Amino acid sequence: MADVSSSTNTTPTDAATARPGRFKEFWRYFKENRGAVIGFYVFVFFLIVAIFAPLLAPFDPSSQNRAATLVPPFWQSGGNWTYPLGTDPLGRDMLSRLIHGARYSFLVGTVVVILAATGGILTGLVAGFAPKWLDTIIMRIMDIILSIPSLLLALVLVAILGPSLLNAMIAIAIVLQPHYVRLTRAAVMTELSKDYVVSAKVAGARLPRLMFVTVLPNCLAPIIVQAALSFSNAILDVAALGFLGMGAQPPTPEWGTMLAEAREFILRAWWVVTFPGLAILVTVLAINLMGDGLRDALDPKLKRS
Amino acid sequence: MLRFLISRLLTFIPTFIGVCIISFAFIRVLPGDPIVVMAGERGLSDERYQEMVEQFGFDRPLIVQFWDFFTGVLQGDLGTSFVTKRPVFDEFFALFPATLELSFCAIVIAIVLGLPAGVIAAVNRGKFFDRALMSSALVGYSMPIFWWALLLIIIFSGNLGWTPVSGRIDLLYFFPPVTGFMLIDSLLSGQDGAFTSAVRHLILPSIVLATIPLAVIARQTRSAMLEVLGEDYIRTARSKGLAPPRVNGLHALRNAMIPVITVIGLSVGMLLAGAILTETIFSWPGIGKWMVDSIYRRDYPVVQGGLLMVALMVMVVNLIVDLTYGLINPKIRKR
Repeated sequence: MADVSSSTNTTPTDAATARPGRFKEFWRYFKENRGAVIGFYVFVFFLIVAIFAPLLAPFDPSSQNRAATLVPPFWQSGGNWTYPLGTDPLGRDMLSRLIHGARYSFLVGTVVVILAATGGILTGLVAGFAPKWLDTIIMRIMDIILSIPSLLLALVLVAILGPSLLNAMIAIAIVLQPHYVRLTRAAVMTELSKDYVVSAKVAGARLPRLMFVTVLPNCLAPIIVQAALSFSNAILDVAALGFLGMGAQPPTPEWGTMLAEAREFILRAWWVVTFPGLAILVTVLAINLMGDGLRDALDPKLKRS
Repeated sequence: MLRFLISRLLTFIPTFIGVCIISFAFIRVLPGDPIVVMAGERGLSDERYQEMVEQFGFDRPLIVQFWDFFTGVLQGDLGTSFVTKRPVFDEFFALFPATLELSFCAIVIAIVLGLPAGVIAAVNRGKFFDRALMSSALVGYSMPIFWWALLLIIIFSGNLGWTPVSGRIDLLYFFPPVTGFMLIDSLLSGQDGAFTSAVRHLILPSIVLATIPLAVIARQTRSAMLEVLGEDYIRTARSKGLAPPRVNGLHALRNAMIPVITVIGLSVGMLLAGAILTETIFSWPGIGKWMVDSIYRRDYPVVQGGLLMVALMVMVVNLIVDLTYGLINPKIRKR
């Protein structure tokens, strides 16, 4: 059966004229965007920090030192190298908490994207292939979800489920899911009218094969870009929920929760507020830079020009 | 055009009913008995409990409860707040001007800065200005605004002492609300310094709330401009010898505006989501803070009614955007 998605390299003639492999070609376009490459390196750096957090962090993130509360960072008078980025009001090392916080952010991003993308792609595929009435019902439901501001909907969902990191992730996944449904459905609709789908149908491909093997791989480009964007959105939204007291609960060193705990000290100790937010900003910025590069590299319209 | 209008209005109805169902269902599946929560620590006798179950209609079938709720909504009755005992509808409209004032200032800032930034970036594509502007736009787009708000408070309220930290106006001033918009009311009151105080209270929250829409508008304007600048009629205009500002401003920007207007319209939902965080941080007495407080207090009728009203606002604005879009671009109507 013609598996169109992986037939790019079928006739290798001359090494000079042959099309480069999919990944190589992608990397060539991705590399052109300098910001995206920087974003990629920052992302990898944070990923390594997240994976090796227990080895990298000088202290346990929740161990308190009552003798050293609100110690400023090392470059300020009163700071020292034991606590390079200072300590919080309970005498916990900021650096260690930030390093461990990276784990939560990546956990959140990964889980939310997997949940939202799986649900969204499946629903979008069904909507794209379904008869018109079912398609209408599905899309109306998505419209309803989209008409409620995402953070508000997530907030109410968490209030129902009870505040915790897991529930915050589920709520954000539900809120982000309609975007995948819309994207997948739109992509499926354009693909369905193309000749290769018709020929697959004529060759006798059944519906599941048509959905997952024939059409889905050709719809993936916009979905991958969306995945990058919702990875950063998930980190931002879960941090916002943590900040409002509806996400991860103290003493979890989640960046948003850390900010919430530090709020009353903003005018006395700038570092307890500045660093967690900076960590969120840099991570989200890196992922968004990558997302822009992915879009440029995967968008066929821009490639030709 | 009429057919487009009617078909668009018809899709509004099922969405509206759906939003009603969702906000109704949320309260029914919330853990905890609302009546027990309402009674607080004093507790309730069994007879009083039964009385209240009947009063709120919790003993009747769900479908009947929903029908009552739905017909109530259509008549502007969203129930009564458990905490303040005032109708949710009245509370919403008492607080709505505060959110509207804040959102309006935010969107004005976003448009006034975002549009020129996008145009300048597009005209100087690939040059220093483009890179600088688009990098800042991306930073703004990635900003956790609750942190941004705290940062601005540290700098402008803490270190420089330029702006107050919370509220809409100094406690020194008091005047009855006429329009609900503090900027207008303070002018009407004629009190010395009231207007300045209102502006000083408004400025930081507006900047915070404007940040993400500003970034989105700048990015969208740039990409729409780039698309238009490649068109033949722009080359014609240039080769006719028209001055670049005229070409860029008049010929290009006008045609680039359509997607930009859509983005501006769609940022209303973004503003309302942002208002939740901004209002909470700056203690701004608007819809966002009201919703968050009600969620903390488990004030179910307010959560239910507020959710419905906010969704309704977003839906109405989206409808207006769609309709104007159809008005500007005849191609859309035909779909």
